[in-house]
Amino acid sequence: MPPVLELRGITKQFPGVLANDNVNLTLEKGEVHALLGENGAGKTTLMNILYGLYKPTKGEIYINGKRAEISGPTDAIRQGIGMVHQHFMLIPVLTVTENVMLGEESIHNGIFLDRKVAAKRIEEISKKYRLEVDPHAYVRDLPVGIQQRVEIIKVLYRQATILILDEPTAVLTPQEVDELFNIMKLLTSQGVSIIFITHKLKEILAVSDRISVIRRGQTVGTAKPTESTEQSLAELMVGRPVELVVQKKKAQPTQPVLLVKNLVIKNDRDRIAVEDVSFEISGGEVLGVAGVQGNGQTELVEAITGLRHAESGSIKIDGQESANKTPRQITEIGVSHVPEDRQRDGLVLSFPIKDNFILNTYYNTFANGIIIDEKKVNETAIKWVEKFDVRTPSIETPAGSLSGGNQQKVIVAREFSRPLKLLIASQPTRGVDVGSIEYIHARIIQKRDEGAAILVVSTELDEVRALSDRIAVMFDGKIVAIVPADQVTKEQLGLLMAGVPKEEVLGVFPQGKTKKGEKL
Amino acid sequence: MTTDEKITPSQNGLSSIIKQTFDLVLIPFLAVVTALIIGGFIIVVTDAAVYTAFGEGGIGGGLAAIWTSVSVAYGSMFSGSLGSARDISESLVASTPYIFAGLAVAVGFRGGMFNIGVEGQLLLAVMASVYVGSNFSLPWIIHLPLTILAGMVAGAAWAALAGYLKAKTGAHEVINTIMMNYIVYLFSDWALNGFLCRTPCSSPVSPPVLESAFLPQFFYRLHFGFFLALIVAFAVWWLLFKTTIGFEIRTVGTNPNAARYGGIQTTKVMVLTMAISGALAGLAGASELLGVNRVLAAGFSSGYGFDAIALALLGRSHPLGVVLAALLFGTLRSGATRMQSLANIPTDIISIIQALVIVFIAAPAIIRWIYRIKAKGAEEGGGVMVQGWGS
Repeated sequence: MPPVLELRGITKQFPGVLANDNVNLTLEKGEVHALLGENGAGKTTLMNILYGLYKPTKGEIYINGKRAEISGPTDAIRQGIGMVHQHFMLIPVLTVTENVMLGEESIHNGIFLDRKVAAKRIEEISKKYRLEVDPHAYVRDLPVGIQQRVEIIKVLYRQATILILDEPTAVLTPQEVDELFNIMKLLTSQGVSIIFITHKLKEILAVSDRISVIRRGQTVGTAKPTESTEQSLAELMVGRPVELVVQKKKAQPTQPVLLVKNLVIKNDRDRIAVEDVSFEISGGEVLGVAGVQGNGQTELVEAITGLRHAESGSIKIDGQESANKTPRQITEIGVSHVPEDRQRDGLVLSFPIKDNFILNTYYNTFANGIIIDEKKVNETAIKWVEKFDVRTPSIETPAGSLSGGNQQKVIVAREFSRPLKLLIASQPTRGVDVGSIEYIHARIIQKRDEGAAILVVSTELDEVRALSDRIAVMFDGKIVAIVPADQVTKEQLGLLMAGVPKEEVLGVFPQGKTKKGEKL
Repeated sequence: MTTDEKITPSQNGLSSIIKQTFDLVLIPFLAVVTALIIGGFIIVVTDAAVYTAFGEGGIGGGLAAIWTSVSVAYGSMFSGSLGSARDISESLVASTPYIFAGLAVAVGFRGGMFNIGVEGQLLLAVMASVYVGSNFSLPWIIHLPLTILAGMVAGAAWAALAGYLKAKTGAHEVINTIMMNYIVYLFSDWALNGFLCRTPCSSPVSPPVLESAFLPQFFYRLHFGFFLALIVAFAVWWLLFKTTIGFEIRTVGTNPNAARYGGIQTTKVMVLTMAISGALAGLAGASELLGVNRVLAAGFSSGYGFDAIALALLGRSHPLGVVLAALLFGTLRSGATRMQSLANIPTDIISIIQALVIVFIAAPAIIRWIYRIKAKGAEEGGGVMVQGWGS
């Protein structure tokens, strides 16, 4: 039997860039084929070719052994190829049914939408693949994980047999990731074939049947998960040995730099998001905040950095009361902030890199009076691009045209180059490739060893565990436990994140040692 | 990207700057050309002589008539605007308020504010200037700057009010400035029939500006306001791209979240952006008053404030682009009068051409489609023009 899908010698030449260079890929019926590669390696280009968004310079596509011409997404869908994008293409104010039927509406009496027929088919698909979802719910009311299910249903509704999942786990909680993997297994058992794009090594090993690694537009290797380790895959992907474990010495905490006491913060909808939170971080140590997204971590960081109003409680940074000071005042105390959403808060994407470097120091370090010191800006930019290994053609390149990892390095360069007492890093490596993760982690530890107090907030448990000296778990707006990083297992943290009381989870610890707020 | 490809960062060479400029200018240029071509079609289609020629002279005669119709129209337009020294001077006179008003909208765009109220700010500024210019007898060295300043302050204050409302209450500046335009229109009607009317008040016309507040004319009607406009355009460029204030304005205009993160007080910058925009609108009015009209009567502005939106778009909110666009619009406007008298084509055709230019600039996909230009990345075109509603 011929493979469901075969790409032969796909080459895509962009002006100045060879994005895909003679890539071969086969997809067998009912398998999960993982496509692994760093950001900018050419995965997305390849998938866009398959989905008909780009025309390949050279190469052929075969579907079920027959040569296929795909000239656009409509063509791709007709040939049974469905794509679930990293950023969902759903309309929040429409129901699940309406979203699914969009573009393929069932109609009765000529002009009326037949939601019943569509809803029935959605229920059938839900049942068959155990993709539970209420067809009449509005998409805006659904959690991210369920929205992703709607995307998958949308594709199955169009009778796709080849599913492309582009970084599907980037936005999911650990539990949702597990659910997604179960769904993927069920789909393949029913004959659907899946191309799974990711750069997360653990996930690949957990779910895929075969792995193709792409580097610089070429397939550099195919591997079986049973014969691979994270280390071997990382090396294939990056092209050199990679440190997956953060090398760090034992922390040498000095005196407290950040003191948070009984802090209460409201979210945008005026509900309590952070309730009576107290903790402290000393110079020379990393406190990691673990928690499922949306349990108050975002609001906590925003309040400490002056971006959100604190209702009550106190935030002392380096001895100064800082609650409800402006972001600038807080920056000037010596606080650096790597924001959670780099494209929303951390960068002005259309500005050149050099202007992004001066985003919060343009007025003092880089100006004489009101005139910006361009010579200094340029010199510093060239220096930082070198020092922080930002891969860019020029300092004039808009930040938006860099890869995620390099965008993050721009922020790291800016935030780490000031004299800093407190570093707040929120999701410091989200959507960043392995090579850059290694780099950013090493820099954070370097700042710790130089004596800065560091607050790391991440939804990636592995990251929190790798960086932290102590771990605070947030659930439902409260810090439910603060524990030394080397005395807690991943499973225990997972349970705490899910809201299981700490007495139950941490029963193994000697009494009193894990009391909230107590320093260990 | 991998480790072995090491790219040395450097500043852009001259060639890439030229290329960037070319990319920037290409779409506006083609938009103007296309608009003129379509304008030509409209001239032909509305020309009775063409139909007669097709009837009497067949295809050949018809084509000849088409050629005559378009060439006479555009010929008279361009000779009317550039044909003699006096015509050129008139074109520059017409361009002057366009430069100021276009800069006003462009500064707003850069700061993320869509100032549709330039027309109202301009009119209020003229009222302030005419009041100061006609009521005080001072030496010109004091009187002229003071009169201009009165206009700038009036425009700035009126626009800043809209900015303040946006910053404090989130009320969208588009709605505010449109509504505030009407307040000024009606206020000026009332004032011109009352305290701002010349004595005795027979018709709604203000007293003339005193000579000490004139912007002197030196080349036919061309007055020093034109040079003031060029200087101000340079100053705006300097402010936007060389100073911390400009950095704040552009950051707030492009990504207000990042601006807040960077410690910029976004509300303050919004008000400041509108104030600068309004001051420029005020300059448009004051220079037109002191250099050309020297009296305020009903119908003072022929919609400069609205044409200015097109200018800012055409000039990509860059001061140099705005100056070039303003020169083009000024030339078209002053040529249109000649076209009307010689070719008997209503000046409204210019409004159609201007409107087409706006359409093509606002929807560059049309131009790319017509001329088969490949689209570039999403970041093309200098970032966000204006934020959406409710942002």
